[in-house]
Amino acid sequence: MSARIESVTGRYAHVDLDGRPHRIYFEEAGQGIPLLCLHTAGSDARQFRAVLNDPAITQHFRVVAFDMPWHGKSSPPAGWEKEDYRLTTATYTGQIMTVARELGLERPVVMGCSIGGRIVLDLVLKHAKALRALIGLQSAAYVERYYESAWLNHAEVHGGQACGAIAYGLMSPLSPEGHRWETVWHYMQGGPGVFTGDLFFYQVEGDIRERIGAIDTAICPLYMLTGEYDYSASPKDTEAAAARIKGAKVTIMKGLGHFPMSENPDAFLGYLRPVLEEIRATAR
Amino acid sequence: MIERIPELVNHDPAIVRWGRHMNETFMVEVGDQQYLLTVREGRVESVTRGPFVMRAWRFAIRAKKDCWEKFWQKVPAPGWHDLFALLRRGDVTFEGDQRVLMAYLLYLKLVLAAPRRLAA
Repeated sequence: MSARIESVTGRYAHVDLDGRPHRIYFEEAGQGIPLLCLHTAGSDARQFRAVLNDPAITQHFRVVAFDMPWHGKSSPPAGWEKEDYRLTTATYTGQIMTVARELGLERPVVMGCSIGGRIVLDLVLKHAKALRALIGLQSAAYVERYYESAWLNHAEVHGGQACGAIAYGLMSPLSPEGHRWETVWHYMQGGPGVFTGDLFFYQVEGDIRERIGAIDTAICPLYMLTGEYDYSASPKDTEAAAARIKGAKVTIMKGLGHFPMSENPDAFLGYLRPVLEEIRATAR
Repeated sequence: MIERIPELVNHDPAIVRWGRHMNETFMVEVGDQQYLLTVREGRVESVTRGPFVMRAWRFAIRAKKDCWEKFWQKVPAPGWHDLFALLRRGDVTFEGDQRVLMAYLLYLKLVLAAPRRLAA
């Protein structure tokens, strides 16, 4: 056998979410402190391929990244053909806490990007004591609609190509071509209406501006890392949110865009490793 | 810059393939100067400089001259690297048939970014 085989494993877990049975796909590597990774809207856990494959991280962390229901290899629940998919704060929070519990991730570090970077702000408000630390990538308290997302799920527009075009622009022109187009591919593979359904949480329902002042980083540390080329959750948006959260630690990542872990893994790991080291050294 | 788009695009199969099914004329406004671009099966057949009288177009993409200049830098600064970055700030407007614009969004992004290759 000569193929280079990664130490990442992929398995399925059967869990109930919102009272309905789901078959959830997750990837895992490493041992130690649980690190749960949340992908962006309309994509899947492949975005974290470099984190899962980084020995510097996996020697101290049990890295787990799952595909949200309707995304990647986690199918929608039975009956999906009769409903429109729309993500809400309650559903998203329930998914994360259930997956963490059912996979035995005790007081995990949770790292999420974009919609994941939003939900970590909600998690730290409601579940701070159950979590070790939070890392928000491309975190903003709210992003108002600046384009009509209904076009991303329209019979006369190719949804895969349109979603890919949205993702393409959110990346840095400095990120390596291969990783940028890999990131676009994940978007092109999304199911019809799924990206739009996630954006309902991101641009409508999940507005957390009124509540972030109550975040207590003394109970659960919060790190916010944002790529400078992101115009959706821009550095300005992250800094505006952080200004209202006492103790939030902000890093603006040079030359990176909206998908740091996927569009330029090497540059991103350079920013992530010191954060994880600090968490390992200091988090209770 | 914009007049050079046909040679930049038509010799690049990696761009042409994304517009393979596009047969449309659309307007690009660079400040006060209007241009009509006609696409046939992914190739930019012509770039015509205005002013125009009663010409038809499917959609229009309008931005100020200095916005396009920042957009066409070899490595544009953050916020100037993508059409939708300009859109979020209101520095570009889309008019006309938005359905067609969205259907060919990836192609249009690649076509309109092509002049960056000419930047010093």
